[in-house]
Amino acid sequence: MSLMLNLVLLVFLLVMAIAVLKTKHLFAMAMLFGLYSLLVAGLFVVLDAPDVAFTEAAVGTGISTVLMLVTLASIKDGHEAVSSTKRKIGPLIICLVMGGLLIFGTHDIAKLGEIHSPPNDQVAAYYITQGQAETGVPNLVTAVLASYRGFDTLGEVTVVLTAGIGVLLLLGQRRKIHVKKRGQTHDDQ
Amino acid sequence: MIEYILGHINYWFIIAVMMVGLYTLISRANLIKKLAGLAIFQTAVILFYVSLGKVTGGTVPIVDEAYTLYSNPLPQVLMLTAIVVGVATTALGFALVIRIKEAYNTIEEDAIFTLDQKDHE
Repeated sequence: MSLMLNLVLLVFLLVMAIAVLKTKHLFAMAMLFGLYSLLVAGLFVVLDAPDVAFTEAAVGTGISTVLMLVTLASIKDGHEAVSSTKRKIGPLIICLVMGGLLIFGTHDIAKLGEIHSPPNDQVAAYYITQGQAETGVPNLVTAVLASYRGFDTLGEVTVVLTAGIGVLLLLGQRRKIHVKKRGQTHDDQ
Repeated sequence: MIEYILGHINYWFIIAVMMVGLYTLISRANLIKKLAGLAIFQTAVILFYVSLGKVTGGTVPIVDEAYTLYSNPLPQVLMLTAIVVGVATTALGFALVIRIKEAYNTIEEDAIFTLDQKDHE
């Protein structure tokens, strides 16, 4: 049952990804991308990861789509130019070869839902048995995020801060230039 | 054989989505479309990691006396971080696109390349 739901959502996901690839209208692409993220959030729920689903629904579907729309609004260019056919064949070969190699690589991975697979047997088993006793948090994802791997989260915050500073530097300067230009054109008139 | 396919088809679909994202990233000249392709590629990788931690018959990793079998919380934690970092980098990418549009008045890679070539001559 869970696998069927999983497969249906994955087929939708593939259709959405191809739709994002094919559509020429960038606003439509932004909406399709939001839909894609929402389907991913649904898949996370099926895969027993509600915390990741929350984050994906809020950050992937919400913020990403809004950022994309804001960018489209400020560049005032809603259409994609037709790409030359020359740059389509090489990438297609690269993607097919890489996809083939990755599928070959899944040969050794334990099948979906296997209890005694390497990712589930090692440190994760310890988190599940000892997590609540050691941290006092019943939600093990929170326990690992904030306690066992707190420094990871600190690193994440650093990355977000750096990206925020980068965006401010890139766009903060822009506003000044914009005002200057307006003033100049005003003087010209 | 059928058991093998049913156990792995999930991964194959995720790899197909991943490759569609990669193809969008490489083959399209439009910078916004490239970023969308990058985001699709990234979400597919995240999905792959989370699906590695799924346990059949297991439940959400929140401890309760009524359950004994839980899915693996570790990939979920790592991917939680990856999603947020991914959006931060995408935001930076969009900011760059806005600046490129102002400098070159286009967001098509081919046109930007021709303009650069003209500058060098």
